[in-house]
Amino acid sequence: MPEPTNKGTTMKFVKTVGLALLGSALAFGGAAAQEKTIKIATEGAYAPWNFTGAGGKLEGFEIDLANDLCARMKVKCEIVAQDWDGIIPALTAKKYDAIMAGMSITDERKKTIDFAGPYAAGPNGFLVPKSSPLAKMPGTGEAYNLGTQQAAAEKAIDAVKAVVKGKTIGVQGSTIHANFADKYLKGTAEIREYKTTEAHDLDLAAGRIDAVLADATSIIGTLEKPEFKDYVLVGPSITGGLLGAGVGVGLRKEDQDLKKAFNEAIAAAVKDGTVSKLAVKWFKVDISPKS
Amino acid sequence: MDFAFMRDTFFTLIGGVPLTLNLAFTSVALGAVLAMLLALMRMSGVRALDWPAQAYVFVFRGTPLLVQIFLIYYGLGQFRPTLQAWGLWTFFREPYWCAVFALTLNTAAYASEIIRGGLQAVPYNQVEAARACGMSGFLLFRRIIFPIAVRQALPAYGSEIILMVKATSLASVITMMEVTGLAAKLISQTFRAVEVFVVAGLIYLILNFIITRIIMAIEWWLSPHLRRPPSVEPRLEAAHV
Repeated sequence: MPEPTNKGTTMKFVKTVGLALLGSALAFGGAAAQEKTIKIATEGAYAPWNFTGAGGKLEGFEIDLANDLCARMKVKCEIVAQDWDGIIPALTAKKYDAIMAGMSITDERKKTIDFAGPYAAGPNGFLVPKSSPLAKMPGTGEAYNLGTQQAAAEKAIDAVKAVVKGKTIGVQGSTIHANFADKYLKGTAEIREYKTTEAHDLDLAAGRIDAVLADATSIIGTLEKPEFKDYVLVGPSITGGLLGAGVGVGLRKEDQDLKKAFNEAIAAAVKDGTVSKLAVKWFKVDISPKS
Repeated sequence: MDFAFMRDTFFTLIGGVPLTLNLAFTSVALGAVLAMLLALMRMSGVRALDWPAQAYVFVFRGTPLLVQIFLIYYGLGQFRPTLQAWGLWTFFREPYWCAVFALTLNTAAYASEIIRGGLQAVPYNQVEAARACGMSGFLLFRRIIFPIAVRQALPAYGSEIILMVKATSLASVITMMEVTGLAAKLISQTFRAVEVFVVAGLIYLILNFIITRIIMAIEWWLSPHLRRPPSVEPRLEAAHV
């Protein structure tokens, strides 16, 4: 992509200096940086993280953040939508260079890809109808880390299991929530896997399933829709362990330069409050990672 | 290609075969009944019967099965109070029945045209000959028209059955864990799309290979007149006469 002529040499100078300040071992030099386009994939169906807006354009927390990070990295970014269940195989197949799609950093995924970040923490919860007995789920408002407070977290999970016994729970396939449901809730409750969170929300509204297990921020997004005014977010927020270490940028393992660039840009964006500001804009709560 | 992984994948995906076959054969069987009805409506010569059947075939052949599944599953889910009032919700609540319903409606549209083609291709002189022998009505249909029609429709109908086995893969979008559903789940756990889909494709190939053999056997059994007559050894003593 050629540099727009009106920006001129000053811009070029700033770019070169900017790159030098990054102190990066980026494979591309100042001149090449103008040519470099990074393709970032998002799901486009995970409001308010990333979704397709009324005009058919991609919008959301991650779209804003991606644009900010790209500006910091002085690269041109193209954001594309990709179905969630093929998002990692397509990254390794080089259809794009990075994933920003509310993807939690897990050991399982780290076997295949690498992550920069995290750029957000990922609280979890259950979405249930207010009238359902599940609305009185124990542990609501509490937070446990499976990695660091395993005993307490497992006690909280047992309390949840006692309530969801015999119920049907919807999760999005290929997510940390699906893995969690497989490991802890299978056999106690019936687990159904959906392609998108929108699909399990529809089935919850239709009464085909009793609860949805998902990311709390995504549930908050759902609760804003008028159809879900009689629904409520309940249950403990369990993180860590197989639920991952926050949300990060998925990258190919060999792209260590890009990882470094992203890490530096994320650190800068967290530090100057950009991530907090964007989180409050989209989620109403600050879920920026605590450094 | 990691062959140990592919072998494990094969045994995981085999677990979805019963559901795949269940969906395919339940909907083909129910669809055949509906198709027969539709074909007879089309050929009745009564406009009030012919036109609805034509409209049905037009709609279900003209729209993608995936769209039909989405409409039946998620679309009807929006009308839950109405369906509950009619007592139909217990049926539409289950993804299995929604999948069978969509597949049945779809295959009925295609199969009705295949059956109609078969019935119309019955040579009129055969019918006349049967009438000359005193057959009419249901007896004529059962003894003459139907057997000839089936023989003519079977090759096309065999393709339809194979298409249905493959169409069941779409049920995975409404949470049914058949072969494709299991494959998608496995990919999400291992991120190895190529191996898993190769194995899934292989399983469908094996299923359809068996089904095509069965259909060929039925074709052979139904058309003795097309087989080569068994060669008769000339009797030796005949030479002396």
